[in-house]
Amino acid sequence: MKAIFKQYWELFLVFSKIGAFTFGGGYAMIPLIRNEVVNKRNWLGDDEFMDALAIAQSMPGPIALNTALFVGNKRLGFKGSLFSGLGVILPSFIVILFIAMVFTQFKDNTIVERIFKGIRPAVVALIAAPLLTLGKAAKINWKNSWIPLLVALLVWLLGVSPIYIVMGAILLGVLHLVYIKKKLNR
Amino acid sequence: MELFELYLSLFWAFLKIGFFGFGGGYAMLPLIQHEVVDVHNWISVADFTDIVAISQTTPGPIAFNSATYIGYSVVNNMGFGNFYGILGSAISTFAVSIPSLILMTIVCAFFAKLNKNQWIQASLSVLKPAIIGLIASAALLLIDNHNFIDYKSWIIFGIVFLASIKKIDPILLVVLSGVAGLILY
Repeated sequence: MKAIFKQYWELFLVFSKIGAFTFGGGYAMIPLIRNEVVNKRNWLGDDEFMDALAIAQSMPGPIALNTALFVGNKRLGFKGSLFSGLGVILPSFIVILFIAMVFTQFKDNTIVERIFKGIRPAVVALIAAPLLTLGKAAKINWKNSWIPLLVALLVWLLGVSPIYIVMGAILLGVLHLVYIKKKLNR
Repeated sequence: MELFELYLSLFWAFLKIGFFGFGGGYAMLPLIQHEVVDVHNWISVADFTDIVAISQTTPGPIAFNSATYIGYSVVNNMGFGNFYGILGSAISTFAVSIPSLILMTIVCAFFAKLNKNQWIQASLSVLKPAIIGLIASAALLLIDNHNFIDYKSWIIFGIVFLASIKKIDPILLVVLSGVAGLILY
């Protein structure tokens, strides 16, 4: 009994460490998770980890959470995923809640406002800068570059909800495969 | 009653964000912005940008951070106390996590090799380039006259853009542009 509890606790601890030390979220935490889960603890093999990563990226939701849930589930089932998921969420929850409580008090302070006047354009630059690298990683070429262009225009200028974009993209991909299969049968 | 309805719409909005937020991180931003700024008017574009800035300098995925922050501040702005704000925060963060929990449980039970499934591959073939478009729109949607107040804003934008391409640490860049704002304004 005690030994089992210790395993759940370890899952929680490992992922709360990952949640607490991955700044900027997403891809920054992949080497950290790999080090804890594959190298240090042997919970997953190297190719299992690659599979986990591929699945985490193709499912909706934060990649850090999806990876944590996958590892927790593989190790101790559904209950394991509850512990690893809670672990990865809790550190940022506490930090952000604290910041929200403080920041709502000081938001109209002139010094804070001046600082954020400088930060806001920087935020936009930080979002835009990785686009080129990400575009290459997603294998964007002259044949499919209309997809990101159309999506950006629809969402930006026409205010189309990204929900419709996601549903439309999935539908289009599936229809394309159906079309190819029909052509092959003929 | 009013509070209960607010909790319900927070829950529903962040459930949708969790379910349709493909690509993680920045790709989820236009969806979050659409729900919390355009549909519900909970916060302004400038407030939303501040939350993104805070997310870039604190640990954890951006979807959680905005759920936690918005859950608290929306309830607080309506004049309810700390306890109710924390509850709003917990409800939103829980809601954004539920879709992942359900989907990953199903995946682990039935399709451990899901990424090799041809239908998943087909869906992703269009979704992946679309995600690049979503990230581009995340940046474009934040360009308004509250975030870019004058030419100095564009200078900061240009410098940070180039520095970021040169792989300079984003946390450092946020801190430095905060200092720049303090000096320039």
